Amino acid sequence: MKCTKVLSEISDYLDQGFDPALRAEVEQHLQKCKKCRVVVDTTKKTIDIFCNSEPAPLPDSTRHRLYEALQQKIRSCRS
Amino acid sequence: MSASSCCFGWFMQKWGMSSPKMNPETNPEPPQSAMPTALPSKVVKDDEPALVAAAKAGDVSAFETLVGRYERKIFRLTQNITQNREDAEDAMQEAFLKAYEHLGNFEGNSRFYTWLVRIAVNQALMKLRKRRPNQISLDEQIETGEDSMPREVEDWGPSPEQRYAQTELSGILSEVIGELDPSFRIVFQLRDIEELSTEETAEALGLSVPAVKSRLLRARLKLRQKLNRYFRQGEAS
Repeated sequence: MKCTKVLSEISDYLDQGFDPALRAEVEQHLQKCKKCRVVVDTTKKTIDIFCNSEPAPLPDSTRHRLYEALQQKIRSCRS
Repeated sequence: MSASSCCFGWFMQKWGMSSPKMNPETNPEPPQSAMPTALPSKVVKDDEPALVAAAKAGDVSAFETLVGRYERKIFRLTQNITQNREDAEDAMQEAFLKAYEHLGNFEGNSRFYTWLVRIAVNQALMKLRKRRPNQISLDEQIETGEDSMPREVEDWGPSPEQRYAQTELSGILSEVIGELDPSFRIVFQLRDIEELSTEETAEALGLSVPAVKSRLLRARLKLRQKLNRYFRQGEAS
């Protein structure tokens, strides 16, 4: 397996449900190619960093507007 | 409890005013026996189906709890898609209002959060297309090949994100995702931040599964490359 092929399979490799035979081929390549190992590792870290990031709190003015609109909507749906 | 008094109570609570009797988080919830099975998720809590069932039955406080739980995530979603604060606020607000209005149509075939995300994506995309007509195409062909090969392959070391304070890291993530083409950005947002499955993402965006996978691959590699300037070893915070 060439580096370009490993690269094209990185997403599926990092996700669940990747074909076991292809996974074995990718892992065989990773054992001997440091460059691809680093790319796989840093791509995984990229996903983890975004996935684990906490969203910032809503600005007060934004929350105020949201709750006022929601209150109005609930009233109109109930009336 | 009337809808208006409950909302007002929640509003007061959110703004730090005292209204202990109206706190939706302390309200008793319906029995768990009627809950549909939810997929394991870091985003969705186990009580979501019960809250949704209560909200559908007319318990406004249950819906308010759901809004309070997801408001930050939905706002980040609409911000990342629209890249415009005003549009993001409007899209988020419209998403929650539509969700409330159409809650009766939610059949529970997917997670409530997934359903809410779909509504928010639609609202955000409408804003984006209105502001930038002819520039937003989610279904254009994406080439993948030799040009995708990363040029920089420096290692980051363990836990590179810990080199930055939380607010600084949030700024970095927001900046690099904002630099992505919308067709990559939105797919990455749904798959890797909102944790939708590939199939759910495809359905939400009207794309084929291979198209989602192709965009996700490119988005992940591009973001990896953009983060490299912050996280490579030896890079000081």
